[in-house]
Amino acid sequence: MKNIFKSSAVLLLTVTMILISACGNTDSGNKASSTNATGTEGATQTDKKITLGFAQVGAESGWRTANTKSIQDSAKAAGVDLKFSDAQQKQENQIKAIRSFIAQKVDVIAFSPVVESGWDTVLKEAKDAGIPVILTDRAVDSSDTSLYKSFLGSDFVEEGRRAGKWLLDEMKDHQGPVNIVELQGTTGSAPAIDRKKGFEEIIKNNPNLKIVKSQTGDFTRAKGKEVMEAFIKSAKAENTKMDVLYAHNDDMALGAIQALEEAGIKPGKDILIISMDGIKDAFQAMKDGKINLIVECNPLMGPQLMQIAQDVVAGKDVQKRILTNEGVFPQDTAEKELPNRQY
Amino acid sequence: MKNKLFWPLVTLAVLLLANLIHNHDFFSITIQDGHLFGSLIDILNRAAPLVLISIGMTFVIATKGIDLSVGSVVSITGAMACLIISKGDGSSMSVLFTALGISLLLALAAGAWNGLLVSLLGIQPIVATLILMVAGRGVAQLITDGQILTISSKPYSFIGAGYLFGLPFSIYIIAFFFIIASVLTRKTAVGLFIESVGTNPTASRLAGIRSGLIIFIVYVLCSFLSGISGFILSSNVSSADGNNAGLWYELDAILAVVIGGNSLNGGRFYLSGTIVGALIIQTLTTSIYSMGVPPEVTLVVKSVVVLVVCLIQSEAFGSVFAARRRKRDKAAKQGVSA
Repeated sequence: MKNIFKSSAVLLLTVTMILISACGNTDSGNKASSTNATGTEGATQTDKKITLGFAQVGAESGWRTANTKSIQDSAKAAGVDLKFSDAQQKQENQIKAIRSFIAQKVDVIAFSPVVESGWDTVLKEAKDAGIPVILTDRAVDSSDTSLYKSFLGSDFVEEGRRAGKWLLDEMKDHQGPVNIVELQGTTGSAPAIDRKKGFEEIIKNNPNLKIVKSQTGDFTRAKGKEVMEAFIKSAKAENTKMDVLYAHNDDMALGAIQALEEAGIKPGKDILIISMDGIKDAFQAMKDGKINLIVECNPLMGPQLMQIAQDVVAGKDVQKRILTNEGVFPQDTAEKELPNRQY
Repeated sequence: MKNKLFWPLVTLAVLLLANLIHNHDFFSITIQDGHLFGSLIDILNRAAPLVLISIGMTFVIATKGIDLSVGSVVSITGAMACLIISKGDGSSMSVLFTALGISLLLALAAGAWNGLLVSLLGIQPIVATLILMVAGRGVAQLITDGQILTISSKPYSFIGAGYLFGLPFSIYIIAFFFIIASVLTRKTAVGLFIESVGTNPTASRLAGIRSGLIIFIVYVLCSFLSGISGFILSSNVSSADGNNAGLWYELDAILAVVIGGNSLNGGRFYLSGTIVGALIIQTLTTSIYSMGVPPEVTLVVKSVVVLVVCLIQSEAFGSVFAARRRKRDKAAKQGVSA
């Protein structure tokens, strides 16, 4: 009895899938011809609706939620038919989603890999099906780079460099040593390693700039505050003045600001504060004069992704590595920028 | 009878002494903006949430149980309180008490869930509370919508960041609950009930103690105290982070209980030992920050200290040394006589 149920269910599923894929077939058949036509006749057919399959990591942070929303909104704005899948931080879910995108014969697949490794098989399937793949936000470690068309995302080392450059410029007329304290991200995480690396690379150009204390704050407010409290006390005991705080993300900076204020130190004045990411709360703090520089790590990559997807479908060459548009925001831009913050 | 508190206190003293050697001003306490300011105050203030949870954990462990869900309860109550306050007027006391009340109800419900699973259904405590440990963090993220909720509420932030008579308010909270817990367990029969249930639940039941009820109550109590810790933690930074608030607190709390000289086999508990244990953990963390231990090795340093503390307290380890000493003494004596 059970078997009959099972087999009839399978049959039903197969029929549905054939129907769906048949529809997809005609659809993408049209599209294929239209893209070919674009190649020869020019831009007359580019308004043809393209289908983008996007496999998101999950909804693990505010940053990610903003990322998702940006992609959904800009797909709508660009007239792209978006098939969105949430992998809930699991690679197998993402692989399943990509396979279903291949079966549905979407025009482009984009995804943020949950982990770096283990993508070769499924990416090869996509390649064999002739569907271009775009990576967003995170990379894969595959040695065969022909498996994907482009990688759109932030460069954490570059973000660290930007912070370093601003400080170098700010301190160029400064006499005597500048003591920097650093709040690192989670030990061993890519942003923590790279942001430290980029920053150190730049500031070593000025021997006065020295990182005197560095400790992890785990990217959280509570830890950022706790570590800063300890820094304040030990700096006081050692009679060193902390001139600059370099925090690897906004949350740690916001926690540290509370610790500084409770200790009677004015953040932004007595100590320069450099922060990263650019969340709304941080811009609010910068508007209040408590943060001096925010280096943005932008989750709003939707518009760029849509552009790349359209270019790829149109058969244009796209760059293998595309950086997200990211700004550096000094204090005087805070008031103007704050209303634009979406996350 | 050797006092159980001896080794924990020695450890704490050694840690503080090490800090004093490294930094001569470690014990200095100054007055800043009308309140006391110094590393020792920081340690007390920062240890407050852990102390509270550890008090609850001590009772649970005394019944031979364990509660892994405390960290999740911390994030749930913090998230709920912040959510309600963010919806209402941050400076209004009625909003504050509504927020605290509803969040504490949630904590009690979480405790009741754990308690029912363990006492009524007889599920192993480690498995029963594991459910809420995993699910609870999800609940907290549902409450905050996966975002970090920032609030600006003067009365709420007083709980974790305010000062009363020059001392952090959180210290009064732990003092209050410590006194209540001590009186309740040492001046009434409740403490004896808990210990007897931990030693032998069946025998206790036959002797007329409602074992199931006692077990149920300790889990509810543990969740309740975790809930209050959630307020202290989230109000200290005026925000709720469903992902990270109270992360790994269950392990720290268990460690505090063990360092304090309590046995995981239950049956006996030493509340003051637990408090010292929690203070040791926080002192260690603060020392690591202020001595500038590089972040890559902090976990190793921590674990080495914990290992040493556990070794000192281990009777088996101690007896090995005692046996060796006896042997050596004997050999020495023989050498003299020969």
